[in-house]
Amino acid sequence: MKIREIVKLLDARVLCGEELLDGEVNSACGCDMMSDVLAFVKEQAVLITGLCNPQVVRTAEMMDMRCIVFVRGKVPPKDVVALAEDSGIVILASDERMYVACGKLYANGLSGGSVVSD
Amino acid sequence: MIDNDKVNFHFDIDGDNFTTAGEASVKIKKALRQMGFSADTIRRVSVAMYEGEINMVIHADGGEADVNVYPNKIEIILADKGPGIPDIEKAMQAGYSTAPDDIRSLGFGAGMGLPNMKKYTDSIDIQTEVGVGTTVTMVVNV
Ligand SMILES: Nc1ncnc2c1ncn2[C@@H]1O[C@H](COP(=O)(O)OP(=O)(O)O)[C@@H](O)[C@H]1O
Ligand SMILES: [Mg+2]
Repeated sequence: MKIREIVKLLDARVLCGEELLDGEVNSACGCDMMSDVLAFVKEQAVLITGLCNPQVVRTAEMMDMRCIVFVRGKVPPKDVVALAEDSGIVILASDERMYVACGKLYANGLSGGSVVSD
Repeated sequence: MIDNDKVNFHFDIDGDNFTTAGEASVKIKKALRQMGFSADTIRRVSVAMYEGEINMVIHADGGEADVNVYPNKIEIILADKGPGIPDIEKAMQAGYSTAPDDIRSLGFGAGMGLPNMKKYTDSIDIQTEVGVGTTVTMVVNV
């Protein structure tokens, strides 16, 4: 699915990375514990989270993720957006709750992908 | 190993600032990319270093990080003068954490840091003394 389609499905605002919306992403991960993202993400390109601090962007960057969706109407501070912009990561903000956001994306074909085994 | 065989990166890690925690790891990630390492190697090094960097900030009031890039391995040395780790075996267990709740609300403190560092590296050595500090040395073979 194109990132552009996530914008549509979640009625999201694009906070940075407008020029990257045609990028293809195939799987996603919904998580508020960054160490879990660092432990289990393999090729998931989208991070859906209710957390809103710079560590979310750094975590996504570590895992080579391409897009972060902030849910529950969270608006990240400017420094968080600037970090993502620097790293070429798209930031989206949606009013949906975590459960609903993940459900909509999953139902429309964005899979959970595989995870790193121990 | 001869010294001019390696490239060293050194960072002071500020212990008072959770916001900047991880900056050094992001810089290393970018440097390794420029040096042409594989995506897998870069991810293993930067994730292990990132978890270690976060640990120095949340548990040890900061410290120093050195990354030595050799032709055949990348070595990450994280040294702090924090409280030390009383029981390393316990600390290595997945889910064990002494992090306060305010850290958990920021997305860390799930007790997965040290297990992650072990998982992504080829070797991890922890030298620690209560009241003196901790030095974690990790190696990723290239
Ligand atoms: N550099 C350090 N200095 C002192 N204690 C540490 C350090 N790193 C880890 N620890 C101890 O080991 C525990 C487990 O670490 P970790 O697996 O990274 O989990 P977390 O950081 O989520 O608590 C920590 O809660 C802390 O008690
Ligand atoms: Mg930790």
